Amino acid sequence: MDVQTWTYLLVGITFAIYIGIAIWSRAGSTKEFYVAGGGVSPLANGLATAADWMSAASFISMAGLISFMGYDGSVYLMGWTGGYVLLALLLAPYLRKFGKFTVPDFIGDRYYSDTARIVAVICALIVSFTYVAGQMRGVGVVFSRFLEVDINTGVIIGMVIVLFYAVLGGMKGITYTQVAQYCVLIFAFMVPAIFISIQMTGNPIPQLGMGSQLNDGSGIYLLDKLNGLSTELGFAEYTDGKKSMTDVFMITLALMVGTAGLPHVIVRFFTVKRVKDARKSAGLALLFIAILYTTAPAVAVFAKTNLINTVSNQEYAKMPEWFKNWETTGLLTFDDKNNDGKIQYVANKQVNELTIDNDIMVLANPEIADLPAWVIALVAAGGLAAALSTAAGLLLVISSSVSHDLIKKVFVPTISDKGELWVARGAATVAVIIAGYFGINPPGFVAAVVALAFGLAAASFFPAIVLGIFYKKMNKEGAIAGMVVGISLMLFYMLKFKFGIFDGGKEALPGLEKDWWFGISPEGFGSVAMLVNFIVSIVIMQFTPTPPENVQEIVEDIRIPSGAKEATGH
Amino acid sequence: MSSINQHQFEDVRETKKATAYWKENVRYLLILLAIWFIVSYGAGILFKDALNEIKIGGFELGFWFAQQGAIYVFVILIFVYVRLMNKLDKKYGYNE
Repeated sequence: MDVQTWTYLLVGITFAIYIGIAIWSRAGSTKEFYVAGGGVSPLANGLATAADWMSAASFISMAGLISFMGYDGSVYLMGWTGGYVLLALLLAPYLRKFGKFTVPDFIGDRYYSDTARIVAVICALIVSFTYVAGQMRGVGVVFSRFLEVDINTGVIIGMVIVLFYAVLGGMKGITYTQVAQYCVLIFAFMVPAIFISIQMTGNPIPQLGMGSQLNDGSGIYLLDKLNGLSTELGFAEYTDGKKSMTDVFMITLALMVGTAGLPHVIVRFFTVKRVKDARKSAGLALLFIAILYTTAPAVAVFAKTNLINTVSNQEYAKMPEWFKNWETTGLLTFDDKNNDGKIQYVANKQVNELTIDNDIMVLANPEIADLPAWVIALVAAGGLAAALSTAAGLLLVISSSVSHDLIKKVFVPTISDKGELWVARGAATVAVIIAGYFGINPPGFVAAVVALAFGLAAASFFPAIVLGIFYKKMNKEGAIAGMVVGISLMLFYMLKFKFGIFDGGKEALPGLEKDWWFGISPEGFGSVAMLVNFIVSIVIMQFTPTPPENVQEIVEDIRIPSGAKEATGH
Repeated sequence: MSSINQHQFEDVRETKKATAYWKENVRYLLILLAIWFIVSYGAGILFKDALNEIKIGGFELGFWFAQQGAIYVFVILIFVYVRLMNKLDKKYGYNE
């Protein structure tokens, strides 16, 4: 069977499984819709959290990014895993004990203020929408390359599938489809990685293969070989990097703290039964994530070495079939500047003739390494699983923010459970359509806005939640001021240095780099905005009234793990 | 009269127990987060260049921490925390 048939087969089977699960586990009450009834086992929650967290970006883009960034790519590896330590130690157990449905629920109740609640809702909506647009785009890319439909049709197919199981099943349906999606995506990621690791180093474990000798009998270590190839072509050494140490530090911190503050991740810990289950499932989630995250840097090394060996200084006419396949998608372009018929792939932009999109590295990796057709098809199914699982989790946050935090808690407190459930379904439908629109008409700044989402989460939610748990005297004035100042500062910095809107647009950006505060890039600035949030909160608190007695009692209560009631909305 | 005193006594004891539990919890957090910081920001970023002088197999050690080692330690840290807290919950009678 050829790749095309295999792809239809595998994608068809996995989609049928997701839909089957959605019908079997549809939600009958708001409690099932928001937190899957509160009875999810730690193992299932760990698997679901891992699938929820690992998006199209983790599956498709990350290894590619790392292969072009080398050491600098470590910011993603450490940043997107280290956040789980913060989540497990500082947030998840206490939020579970608190026992409500959403993050704005906690902010609103802990800071006894609807203003705080609404600020939190706005942050949750911005963060989730920017994310979900990127997922829809990922679905479109996979469909267009592997099933040869155009990107827009791909986005629409993805919309229909997500709509079906997110709207019908709510958190309950999403949780169990995510469990299945984790299995699909991790299998799809590991199989080609193991194949290639054996091919290049003889070691079946990619994490070890990365540090092994090449099995061509030369006795040269793979990483040394890649360092040599990179410097030969004028790039930085792979195991070194170009970013300053300050910037690497700050970006890693912003991504860690942002991860811990993302509402669609936090809300997953409301679905387990007991506080100890919340702790355990955070550990399991990180374990499942770590399998992919420690393999990705190995894939990056294999792919980069393979790529350079295949294309560098080779004749264009003799390129293998995958090269032509990816050229037609526009993700790979060759421009024979010196007309010698050979491919010059070098650091010098004047001479370089090959442009490669990050996303290709994982998707084309099995083709570059000449793996069997079913492996290539598997990668397509895995990419779709990653994108769909994350999209569904985000849509749930969007719909519960509207139906629960706004309609039920602020505007129509008398709404019935059935009524709220229908509002939640309606909100999810509208959110899918908006997300699909952005998937089809992606704003040119998707990547930039995703970085903004992490910065926003770091600058707003994280300090407010941590202070809410660990600092009993923190009051609403301090928390609201902290969130507003943190977000505003982050927005200002992004608008100035990522979009250049105060200096005449994007063209001005390279000239502005020297003005970065303390040499920190916009991606890393979330760390600074977070610190400012903490400082502002604590200073304002000193001059404003302490929180009421009953709120201080709530704080004392969430610190004790026993007696966690089932999550409620009331 | 004596039953009210008994009740107050219970309350004070509960509060003391909760405070002691919280203190131990915070101490665990500080130790674990110190390790979290050392393996990632320390070994993977601040002292990367020095550690890169040491090679284990094909890996320069600082690079290994940044792309592999820190992640392994993160996973271990959470499971150590789970164990410590389960024990602590039992000690204070907060386990379920």
